[in-house]
Amino acid sequence: MKYCGKIIVVLKEGVFDPQGVTICNALHTLGYGEVVGVKTGKFFEVMVEVESLELARKRIQEMCDQLLANPVIERYSFEVEVGK
Amino acid sequence: MEEIERISEELGLRKEEYQKVVEILGRVPTPTEIAMFSVEWSEHCGYPHSRRWFELFPRQGHFPALFGEDAGGIIYDDLAIIFKMESHNHPSQIEPKQGAATGIGGVIRDILGSGARPIACFDSLRFGPLEDRNSRYVFRGVVEGIAFYGNCVGVPTVGGELYFHPAFRGNCLVNVMCVGVAEKGKLAQAVARGEGNIVLYVGNKTGRDGIGGCSILASQEFADGEEKRPSVQIGDPFTEKCLIEATLEALATGFVVGVKDMGAAGLTCSASEMAAAGKSGVELDLDRVPLREEGMEAWEIMMSESQERMLLCVARGREEEIRKIFKKWGLEAEIVGKVTGSGRVTIIHRGEVVADIPANELTAPPVYTPPRKRPTYLDEVNSLSLQSLPLPTDYENVVLTMLSSPNLCSRRWVYEQYDHMVQTNTVVLPGKGASVLRVKGKKWGIAVTTDCNPVYCYLDPYRGAQMAVAEAALNLSACGARPAGITDCLNFGNPEKPDRYWQFVEAVKGIADASRFFGLPIVSGNVSFYNENPRGTIYPVPTIGMVGIIEDVEQAVDGVFKEEGHIVVLLGKVREELGGSEYLRVIHNLEAGPLPSFSLNEEKALQELLIELISGGFVVSASDVSEGGLLFTLLEACLAGECPLGVMVNVEPWNSLRMDAVLFGEGRGRVLLSLREENYSKVAVMAQEKGVPFAVLGRVGGRDFLIRNGREVLVALPVLDLKERWESVLS
Repeated sequence: MKYCGKIIVVLKEGVFDPQGVTICNALHTLGYGEVVGVKTGKFFEVMVEVESLELARKRIQEMCDQLLANPVIERYSFEVEVGK
Repeated sequence: MEEIERISEELGLRKEEYQKVVEILGRVPTPTEIAMFSVEWSEHCGYPHSRRWFELFPRQGHFPALFGEDAGGIIYDDLAIIFKMESHNHPSQIEPKQGAATGIGGVIRDILGSGARPIACFDSLRFGPLEDRNSRYVFRGVVEGIAFYGNCVGVPTVGGELYFHPAFRGNCLVNVMCVGVAEKGKLAQAVARGEGNIVLYVGNKTGRDGIGGCSILASQEFADGEEKRPSVQIGDPFTEKCLIEATLEALATGFVVGVKDMGAAGLTCSASEMAAAGKSGVELDLDRVPLREEGMEAWEIMMSESQERMLLCVARGREEEIRKIFKKWGLEAEIVGKVTGSGRVTIIHRGEVVADIPANELTAPPVYTPPRKRPTYLDEVNSLSLQSLPLPTDYENVVLTMLSSPNLCSRRWVYEQYDHMVQTNTVVLPGKGASVLRVKGKKWGIAVTTDCNPVYCYLDPYRGAQMAVAEAALNLSACGARPAGITDCLNFGNPEKPDRYWQFVEAVKGIADASRFFGLPIVSGNVSFYNENPRGTIYPVPTIGMVGIIEDVEQAVDGVFKEEGHIVVLLGKVREELGGSEYLRVIHNLEAGPLPSFSLNEEKALQELLIELISGGFVVSASDVSEGGLLFTLLEACLAGECPLGVMVNVEPWNSLRMDAVLFGEGRGRVLLSLREENYSKVAVMAQEKGVPFAVLGRVGGRDFLIRNGREVLVALPVLDLKERWESVLS
């Protein structure tokens, strides 16, 4: 079966996000004064071909731990769907 | 009461230190006060185990020296050249990219705090072996972090060192040096004085990042590095660039009384040290500190190590003018307090006084001199006997094997990721010897190098440290510069263990004796202890950063052969020694001393000769013989140029000695020159006058790297092949 893992990686609470601050300032400059905060992160779609949904979850979690997220400063969440 | 003692212990204060705090205050401290003492008295900020030994360091030299709060320097012409080296070992081991990045940011702000414009950075790096997966990850992350931060901030990364050894497997070393320049009358001080003057906070906002970085991370061993991860800070180089420009602009108004970086120990360190240095008091209202997160407690604000922040003391009535400058650069700039005459650091949060401490007590941490003992391993590793060592049968094979050692190969893969040309002052580029920088509008230039061989310092900390000073001085002389001053970064294990502390004290003595002999003041520095993990301690690494002055920057030479037909000459004496060499380590799997013989007098004579030869324009290239011995010094001279050149060398004059010692021995006090035929006799006479041994090795030319002993060919390898191998080890 093909599965698709949709993974969101964001910075942990309290970790400084210079990119988010820069975007927030730029939005203010453009006149969006209502913006009080911006956080940035990463989004991945990883397609896998394995026997079961359970195994797809397990493998994708391993990929997150090893490569897609930096466990020192980032946390991740993901969901796995049946792919096309 | 019990609760506060528990917090105190958790933050790393000893029981007797807690008692001292109670004595100073005459009451039970508040959590904020405990937090402030814990960071200010930590190894990283207060140097309790090392401070007393710095009295050994010379403070005078050939040029007038300057000693500031966070950096020092020398004066030449009408300028002050400010420099400082600092470690960021523990943060880089945990999060390599951001650890290295914030290390650069921190040392740049140290230079900026003295009112100088940062003009160049240097990185002295040490990692575990490349075969080791984690070490490779740390190495690549650190290089990426330096490239990320250094390239964005507009200060060129011009040089440094790179070394791999199993001793750094669990503890990498990231020592960063920054050099800056200021008009000599316009230096800034890290003081707060003048009752009623304004305390201004500028730069980034304060968050919870890096809390306890210096008291916990850098002042204890790694039990399990993973547990301490939340302390990591994230660098923001573009803000730092704005901070550099804004701070220099603010200083130029003349209304800034004092300025200090908020680095390790953040607001606590800058406020208390500025007050103590100005013999005044400071009152801060934390409700006015720009915060990034909600609900931060006073102790968190006082301990935060958020990056890219500075604290200024501004003349009363001028604060709006100064604020406007920082606002213009898109930075936070808030009035957070005022200078008082109380001599106390008073912290107010949510309308209440949460800390009230005499500034001079807070900034006078205890001094410890724990017992020290000569390590037992020293006798064992210093018993090398050359008789039992087999001579190589195939020298080409030895050369090729050593060439793939990451300690001898080209560093191009690393430095080509760095912007080493921004500011357009770099005269001698990376990979060719000491770095040479132009000072715009001046005929003279600045030469900089960093040096230390960890194996030497492991085998003999005292002499290893002396040799690091001598090597740095010779590196500078070999580009034509007169060595002028030193900054040191002392990396050691746990000082509470007697053998580690002995290594530290011996190394300090070695640096002190050698630098006093050469007339070099030690103007600034940094100590990093506790570089160990359950698997062991690092080798001692007293990194020497040295700055020199070259009178005419146009005369500077590098270590690379330039043209076919030039004569290749060796200055200095060849001895039958192999102790501590990379050859022993790579080929014979031996780390053994005694270290090669070494004479401060010979070194000094050689330095003077080189300065004279190069200022006279008699020399085309010069490089000191170091790791890999004569053969690898020759090889680098052949390969480091854009177009590799061959060489024909005959080592027959030394055929009474062991040939491996001649080619790969790392005896100090030797320099390889290339020169034009017409200058040959002049150089020979000058060497003789200075009493420096002089020998012709051969000529530059041909397509091969050719080493003969009389008629016997020892090595004949095409330089194009060698260059390809030499440059592909790291990539």
